[in-house]
Amino acid sequence: MQIRLQVEDFSAWYGQTQAVKNVSMQVVQNEVTAIIGPSGCGKSTMIRCLNRMHETVPGARTTGRILLDETDIYADRIDPAEVRRKIGMVFQKPNPFPTMSIWQNVAVGVQINGLRQGTSLEEIVEKSLRMAALWDEVKDRLHHSGASLSGGQQQRLCIARALAVEPEVLLMDEPCSALDPLSTLKIEELISELKNNYTIVMVTHNMQQAARVAGNTAFFLQGEMVECGPTAEIFTTPKDKRTEDYITGRFG
Amino acid sequence: MSMPKTKNAAEPLLKRLALSPGNKGQNRRRKVIDRVMGGLAVAATMIALVPLASILIYVTAKGMAAINWDFFTQLPKPVGETGGGLANAVIGSVILVGLASALGIPLGILAGIYLSEFGRGRLAWLVRFLCDVMTGIPSIIVGIAVYGTIVLAMKRYSAFAGGVALAVIMLPLVTRTTEEMLRLVPNSLREASLALGASHWRTTLSVVLRSAAGGIITGSMLAVARVAGETAPLLFTALSSRYWHTGLDQRIASLPVYIFTYAGTPYEELHRLAWGAALVLLSLVLVASILARLAGRKAYGGR
Repeated sequence: MQIRLQVEDFSAWYGQTQAVKNVSMQVVQNEVTAIIGPSGCGKSTMIRCLNRMHETVPGARTTGRILLDETDIYADRIDPAEVRRKIGMVFQKPNPFPTMSIWQNVAVGVQINGLRQGTSLEEIVEKSLRMAALWDEVKDRLHHSGASLSGGQQQRLCIARALAVEPEVLLMDEPCSALDPLSTLKIEELISELKNNYTIVMVTHNMQQAARVAGNTAFFLQGEMVECGPTAEIFTTPKDKRTEDYITGRFG
Repeated sequence: MSMPKTKNAAEPLLKRLALSPGNKGQNRRRKVIDRVMGGLAVAATMIALVPLASILIYVTAKGMAAINWDFFTQLPKPVGETGGGLANAVIGSVILVGLASALGIPLGILAGIYLSEFGRGRLAWLVRFLCDVMTGIPSIIVGIAVYGTIVLAMKRYSAFAGGVALAVIMLPLVTRTTEEMLRLVPNSLREASLALGASHWRTTLSVVLRSAAGGIITGSMLAVARVAGETAPLLFTALSSRYWHTGLDQRIASLPVYIFTYAGTPYEELHRLAWGAALVLLSLVLVASILARLAGRKAYGGR
């Protein structure tokens, strides 16, 4: 069990409002870590801090350290763009680039970051779409607009787009909350598939979803991390009274 | 749809949703209002189209009489002689508008990008404020300002001064439409691009600008159309010329100035040429915007 991401005493603010309070947690390699908690508990802010997306909001700031392997991604000499290339992200609402074709949507990240020696863009696009379980549905219309797909397909296109730049960690911020149950099922199957090759952190407010796909779960409440551990333990024998209350539906 | 008040909670849901007979009067009223408002909207559109269509028809009808081969190949004849054309003014207008676009559109788009994507605080506020003020400045004042700076400094009227005057008029229009169009691009697209490891400027260039390209092209063409017909600023800067274009540091003929001078003369022949010039000016603007749209569609494949 190798630790991939190590969050150390981390806090995040929007202006004067503190959204994440002194959180320390670990993300295990090739495992799905779910962050659950009621609305406004700071779980989305936390995941956006993991690839330095939080600081793109005006007035946002952070303290503490987050280590990817041995490197502090918040160190001065680190370029946030480089962090985001290594730690990819899928957002709550599918956001394919509307003026680009399906093919371009997947290829654009590689074009921005530069193609590695000995690889072809065609191969990368096909491989990414296959990994996102979208290839068979779109292979005949790669040059149609990305916006012509259904919501569930768009989200898988966004996953393919994130995978194309070959990140080491994949962050997913409520990836299914805008989707119907069938599309949700497909994405969940995909996540279980992807964890063989990737380390995944996902935010969800659907506890069943966390129970279905996540090996580890962290419970957030009012900006604090209440409890973090194997999903089975969190859901059956939580250590903290607040976790138990939330899991059993007494609040939130 | 207004739901009837539930009198009996035990009533089946479907029955409650169905329109009850008591609603018939209300229903008819709603339909009548719908028809009337729809009719009013169509009528208003028609009324708005009347002046537009009549200008087009009138200019075309009057102008066609002056359009012939000579119009596009000959220089103007001295007053009193018949025949001749306005070839120099057609070329002059294309040069002036081209020069103004070459100066005004890139600068305006860059300024718009600054305001939308990078500008924060006082400087952005100031630029935005100045743009709004500049949009409201009467074009003749722009002409006088350019006369006071470029024309007096160069000690001559010139095509360059004319182009600058037109560019100054275009600049705030292009800046503000670019800013507005870029602001319409959803933030989620910027985030998607940043999350792929793209830098801020790369995101702006490959994603934001690209998504807004259609609107920016349309806005730029509106600015082109606006300055193509400007006469007043040219009177102080490019003036006019009876001869072929010889250089950007020389006076240059233009269609609007010829329309203005010819329409003011008592000669039937010159009036005819002025109508012809009006038709050509209109067509140039139309062709330019169609070409720009086609180019935009080809380059960006959107809308």
